[in-house]
Amino acid sequence: MEQVKSIPKEKFQFTSKNDTFHDAKPKTKPIGYFRDAFNRFCKNKGSVVGAVIILALILFAIIAPFCTPYSVSYKDTYFRETLPKSTLFANTNFWDGCSVKEAGKARFKYLYAMGEETGHNAVKNQKYELLDSGMYKFREDSYYSAGCIYRNFTMEEYARLTAYQDETGIQVIYPTVRVADRPKASQDAEDANYYFKTEGTTRTRIVYDENDNVIPVYWTYKAGEDDSYPYNSLRIEGENGFEKDGETYFYAYARPVPTGVQCRINYYEYYVYNHRNDGIKKPLFLFGTTGDGQDILTCLASGARFSFIFAIAVAIVNMAVGAIYGAVEGYYGGKIDLVMERVSDILSAVPMMIIITLLKLHMGASSQILVLFLAFFLTGWIGMAGSTRMQFYRFKNREYVLAARTLGASDARLMFKHIFPNALGTLVTGSALVIPSMIYSETNLSYLGIINLSSGNITSVGTLIAGGQALMETSPHIALFPSIFLALLMLSFNLFGNGLRDAFNPSLRGTEG
Amino acid sequence: MYMFKYVMKRLGLMLLSFSVIMLICFVLIKLLPIVVTVQAGEDARIVYAQLEARGYIQNIQYDANGLVTGYERVPILTQLFIYLKRIFVYGDFGIGVTMADYRNQPVWDIFLEKLPPTILINIYSSLIGVPIGIGLGIFAALKKNKWQDQIISTVVILLISLPSIVLGLVIQYVFCYKLDWFPLTMLSGYDYFSWEMFRSMLPAVLSLCLGSIAGYTRFTRAELTEVLTGEFMLLARTKGLTRGQATFRHALRNAMVVIFPSILSEFISVLSGSLIIESMFSIPGVGGLYIQSINAQDYDFFMLLSGFYCLVGLAAGIVVDISYGFIDPRIRMGAK
Repeated sequence: MEQVKSIPKEKFQFTSKNDTFHDAKPKTKPIGYFRDAFNRFCKNKGSVVGAVIILALILFAIIAPFCTPYSVSYKDTYFRETLPKSTLFANTNFWDGCSVKEAGKARFKYLYAMGEETGHNAVKNQKYELLDSGMYKFREDSYYSAGCIYRNFTMEEYARLTAYQDETGIQVIYPTVRVADRPKASQDAEDANYYFKTEGTTRTRIVYDENDNVIPVYWTYKAGEDDSYPYNSLRIEGENGFEKDGETYFYAYARPVPTGVQCRINYYEYYVYNHRNDGIKKPLFLFGTTGDGQDILTCLASGARFSFIFAIAVAIVNMAVGAIYGAVEGYYGGKIDLVMERVSDILSAVPMMIIITLLKLHMGASSQILVLFLAFFLTGWIGMAGSTRMQFYRFKNREYVLAARTLGASDARLMFKHIFPNALGTLVTGSALVIPSMIYSETNLSYLGIINLSSGNITSVGTLIAGGQALMETSPHIALFPSIFLALLMLSFNLFGNGLRDAFNPSLRGTEG
Repeated sequence: MYMFKYVMKRLGLMLLSFSVIMLICFVLIKLLPIVVTVQAGEDARIVYAQLEARGYIQNIQYDANGLVTGYERVPILTQLFIYLKRIFVYGDFGIGVTMADYRNQPVWDIFLEKLPPTILINIYSSLIGVPIGIGLGIFAALKKNKWQDQIISTVVILLISLPSIVLGLVIQYVFCYKLDWFPLTMLSGYDYFSWEMFRSMLPAVLSLCLGSIAGYTRFTRAELTEVLTGEFMLLARTKGLTRGQATFRHALRNAMVVIFPSILSEFISVLSGSLIIESMFSIPGVGGLYIQSINAQDYDFFMLLSGFYCLVGLAAGIVVDISYGFIDPRIRMGAK
């Protein structure tokens, strides 16, 4: 005790006179709620793959319509059910716009002769196999099998076309055939691919020469015999006429008709000529064409774009309305809650189909997008309201809310400033996850034909699939691409959704170790 | 007793919802203009007189030539009264008006005629789907995180994600068209239990049951893996039961508490079927009739079928809730 008394004053010393004390600052960065969710989401490989696929599909929907020269409303009657073709694969037997066909002699020679005449081989590379059964096996090129067609032109159009021929050196017009030599059956009378000799009552039986080749029966005339044929520039053999039995003959290229002339044109080259000013260099459909001759790539991309925009718009509206409704329900509780719950209960029990039908009957067929929007909205916001209501019940009696109320915060401020942020995570994930189901329902409805969105430049994936299903036996590719798109979308959203749910579920935090 | 009260309360609420929905539906339908189709060779006056007799219109005015010039609509409440009276007194749900095949035929009879194909297809699909799904689910749960489980889970994710349009299309293309095992669409006729008919139904059944197999597998696996980690399972093994005994007598029974109600609800919703699959495989069922009636604006058909679908949906919902209480003695809803 004595020692204590006599400690000299100078022995006392402040440990740190100037420093103030702090807790040590954490060296690592804090991980917030969203950062944590993102980290855990990234650990789930399936979800990341799903997210990447979704992103790719969205990019496809945004970019693809700008990359094709076609539009949804563009239809070509001759390029119907055309097969997918890519220039990269043109020399392989895959994705080359061709399909393996087995055909009898007449059909085969008919196609073979097209290539002989124009150099656009409807039989790919003019290669074929003669089977033991007498059938011919070959790859039919769907881009060239339209061959030639008869088309009427006015004299101005005709002059323009011939000028184009002279300028580019590409032959579009081929020698025409006398009407008497054309097939008689009504469906074939206009078929311009019969440039060779035929016989029989309908004049569709092909006559072959000794080498089994077709015999051309072009319309020819002697030099000086008839000058009423307006165009004599020939590009194929015999440009300046050809010698036969010591006399010079010319091919007739145009048959005078009341409105001008009728020409026999190669459709492929005519297509190129026709579209020389709108960016289409040649017919090339990456995904093929539909039964109406629309480019599937364009249709699919714009259908997808519509679906995405539509679904996101509906999701946002649903979220807004559901959040407000749920907030009021959950915050006030009691009688208000009871009444409002009954309303949403009844609304949620109405089958979607009834809502769609009633709206459609009342609003008419002209505003189908609005009908669809209202129907998805009427059934969709209830889920959002439900989850907001639940969150409000959880949080409205927390101490911090009571404290804020004590400080005089208004109801609206309490609801949206203090309680609502807690519900935001669930709401956003919930909205994101209903997007695929909306796209799916929209596809189903347009597949069933209850909603018809295809008008003008809009179409739907469901419409494409329905059209493809009808032509499944002849051209399975029409349904293939929309189906792949839909399946990929659903699969990736499923994977993505699972990951998202787990990532935003705080109770799973740290369970992965 | 609590259970009885609870069931009654749920049934009452269901009926209330149902009545409100159908009332709204009825009013909205009656607000629409009446579609009057007078076919060639029919007397327009008879058609209008029929509508008058059915209580849709009144005070038909004729001009000098006997042509109909105008009529008044019967007030909707009166129409509702007539409609309800016909249903409850005579069992009369109206007659077909616009669809050529069902013109002037009782709606209820056509509906009954269309019901068997829909039900059969869904029952076949459930009969195939439920056992296989639950079996695969048990297998996957027992082999949890081994390669068998991985494969099953992957296939399940694929099948669940695949939209039924795509699945149906693939099945139709591969089995009906490429392999030519089944006809492209269901046969017509009423001989539902012949082998040929069954064969023609199979593609539709297959498209329906693949999805339900995947669903049950996932559900069963999730439930069973959770139950298998329970402490009572450890006790069961400790007291000497084999793994199989413990799984089937203890774990599965507990997992079934959750699985069984969903089976029950599936068996209720077999009635409604799938519109997509029915239209894809041309099943002459209720779904096709419904879509036809929507497109042809045949309101009596539409009312009956909407009511039917609505009721099936509501019933499937409450059956799940109620059956929990009956299956699991631990859950006695309404008990204090």
